[in-house]
Amino acid sequence: MPREHYLNATYGIRSWLLTTDHKRIALLYLASVTFFFFIGGTFATMIRIHLLTPKGLLVTPETYNKLFTMHGVAMIFFFLIPSIPAVLGNFLLPIMIGAKDLAFPKINLLSWYIYLVGGSFVLYSFSTGGLDTGWTFYTPLSSVYSNSAVTPAVLGVFINGFSSILTGLNFIVTVHTMRAPGMTWFRLPLFVWAQYATSIIFILGTPVIAITLLLAGMERMFHLGFFNPQLGGDPILFQHLFWFYSHPAVYIMILPAMGVISEIIPTFARRPIFGYSFIAGSSIAIAVIGFFVWAHHMFVTGESTYAALTFSLLSYLVAIPSAVKVFNWTSTLYKGSISYDTPMLYALGFIGLFLIGGLTGLFLACLGLDIHLHDTYFVVAHFHYIMVGGAVMGYVGGLHFWWPKITGKLYPEFLARVAAITLFLGFNLTFFPQFILGYLGMPRRYSSYPPEFQVLNVMSTAGASILALGYLLPMVYLIWSMRYGAVAGPNPWPATGLEWQTASPPITENFEVTPEVTWEPYDYENRPDLGLAIHGAPSPAHGDD
Amino acid sequence: MHRTGELSGQYRTLEQQRETASLGMWVFLSTEVLFFGGLFMTYTLNRSTYPDVFSAASKTITLWLGAVNTVVLIASSLTMALSVWASQVGKKKLLTIFLISTLVLGCVFLGIKGIEYHDKYVEHHIPGWNFNFEPGADVATNAHAQLFFSLYFGMTGLHALHMIIGAGLLIWLIKESLRGRFTPEYNTPVEIIGLYWHFVDIVWIFLFPLLYLIDRH
Amino acid sequence: MICTALTVTAAEVDLNQYFSGLNIIVALTIAVFKAACVVLFFMHAKYSPGRTQLVIIASVFWLAVMLFMTMSDYLTRRWI
Repeated sequence: MPREHYLNATYGIRSWLLTTDHKRIALLYLASVTFFFFIGGTFATMIRIHLLTPKGLLVTPETYNKLFTMHGVAMIFFFLIPSIPAVLGNFLLPIMIGAKDLAFPKINLLSWYIYLVGGSFVLYSFSTGGLDTGWTFYTPLSSVYSNSAVTPAVLGVFINGFSSILTGLNFIVTVHTMRAPGMTWFRLPLFVWAQYATSIIFILGTPVIAITLLLAGMERMFHLGFFNPQLGGDPILFQHLFWFYSHPAVYIMILPAMGVISEIIPTFARRPIFGYSFIAGSSIAIAVIGFFVWAHHMFVTGESTYAALTFSLLSYLVAIPSAVKVFNWTSTLYKGSISYDTPMLYALGFIGLFLIGGLTGLFLACLGLDIHLHDTYFVVAHFHYIMVGGAVMGYVGGLHFWWPKITGKLYPEFLARVAAITLFLGFNLTFFPQFILGYLGMPRRYSSYPPEFQVLNVMSTAGASILALGYLLPMVYLIWSMRYGAVAGPNPWPATGLEWQTASPPITENFEVTPEVTWEPYDYENRPDLGLAIHGAPSPAHGDD
Repeated sequence: MHRTGELSGQYRTLEQQRETASLGMWVFLSTEVLFFGGLFMTYTLNRSTYPDVFSAASKTITLWLGAVNTVVLIASSLTMALSVWASQVGKKKLLTIFLISTLVLGCVFLGIKGIEYHDKYVEHHIPGWNFNFEPGADVATNAHAQLFFSLYFGMTGLHALHMIIGAGLLIWLIKESLRGRFTPEYNTPVEIIGLYWHFVDIVWIFLFPLLYLIDRH
Repeated sequence: MICTALTVTAAEVDLNQYFSGLNIIVALTIAVFKAACVVLFFMHAKYSPGRTQLVIIASVFWLAVMLFMTMSDYLTRRWI
């Protein structure tokens, strides 16, 4: 008789589409965000192919505008922002705090359906004329002059915002009220702290872009004048309101990934994390300070010099908590007993790539430099280092780390390490040349470029093909492992944390008995019950041993 | 998750359920603060840019109707608070009476709003619909006045939409209270819908001076 | 409670008579006062756990940041 767990507890499509089990909802999200990843990836592929030649290889300039716009909209709103929170966060948060489910399971399901509705509107926009305004929807192009399918797209993103808001609401309330006995705030895993900080941003930021897009949509539909200078409106107001959310949005994308890294590093260094409370506090600091820097996206718009100075200074300040994290992760590695398993490869890659991405952000925060670098490929490289080299590596690493828990199976380790390295190399070949291109002055969002930039562009496209392979490999072997992978025990790595004390995969209620927490987190030195000790620790289980 | 009585499966106690619902509603209301906040931001900027036109436009909306609505809405907040109190002390009949009063007052508010909107329609002050601020107004004045009215309809319209949703919630509450569902042990829906209703009142408390009380002299 | 609400609303009608530019400050101060009464007493914020009060303060603070920092751009444009 096979053991009953959340995957086989009930059967049939209705039991999945009407589930309120946070673990099943996480898998529903996994399927949908992966779908949008493909959509965004398709546009990225077309962009990189088009840019192989200076005059552009594939499409007209007007179509090119649509390619980068739709790439951005699909990737940011429908892949990156939901990815870790809605997949890993939904799955793990209740288990990590010892609860049976989130505070509001039905609202959790609702937020997935809202995501689908928003996504449908956007797909409708993509397939009926596309979108050419840039993912930033700047007015008055988006609200007056664009001839593309702006209104359904804006509506779709607006609707999708409520999916984020409800997820954030669920997470915040859950962490406050649903923790198991003994699970105090400072015993929470850092992944939970990261999700909590992210949820603060969901709650306070998303409503602003919602109303802003609504206003832009209404302006387009009814010829109102909020952001149209011809009618007395102000396009800069749109930018202020838009970036008030969209800058914190980038912290929505990176904070959960940092949470994942904070879980992986102690596990594969077999050491308690260095400076737990500083990492926890820095997550909150990033979430808070991240709200005060938005107009660094507007340095060249004609905003006041005093505003520019203020936002520049604050942008430097927001780097400090991130630096604290990088120092602490690195310190955790020091004198640790490191094993280079796949999740660890992703985590180490994250640290390096996030470092480069973050430091180049400081270049951009400098007013003088930004005049030269704004709207060039330098910016493109900067944010891809953080979002792909950072957030996506965190996501894929997290998927690998928790895959045994989610599916009860182990993936093939050798192939996984090959994929991780492929991804890392492909990523750097794709995006490092773009730093140089931007420094040399190649503008972003242009469908053609001067011939002297061709070599670097070809390198970037070559890198993109390797990067694509790095993404496809895990998709193949992870799915393969669900059927043919070796069976994983409850704690294959092994790691501390409540999620590793329940079965793989967990039962629907997560725990047979509500746990009572009496130990500190990441206590790799003192957990005889897990058979852990810093020396002579068991080595991680591998799917191809 | 299955329910045993009023307790949903993911909670350990009714008290935990109540605390969770309450915090959930407060967090939701904070999203609403920022949601309306974007409109307040747009209003603030436009008012500081076009003070004279905004003043002139504001004079054409009926002050006393707005003032009456303010009183009506605050009174409905009072009856809502009283209904929460009634549910806490188990006075079921009073609970239903106060809930119905709240709903009635809310409908009065919406009715008066309807009258105001009709007046605006008659005067050609609805943006995008034969808009003309006043005969002989130049293009710039018309455009800036249209900004005022876009904000007027946008802000009061969004507010009215929230009130309609609130009215719907009240109807459900009244239905359930007639069934005797709310007791001192379990009055969570009354409490959290009450929070929502008070919030909608607070939005109006700010809308009124901003839209109706611009330098009338 | 009723008295507070009614007297405050009555004050508003008198604002018609003000001619100074301080009109809006007075009107908004009264609005803040009314809102505070609703939040503290009708919504029982005074008797709610600390985290509820944190949620309230945070949302008001964030709104203030948005208004203040955005307007500070516009208001300082002529300074340099």
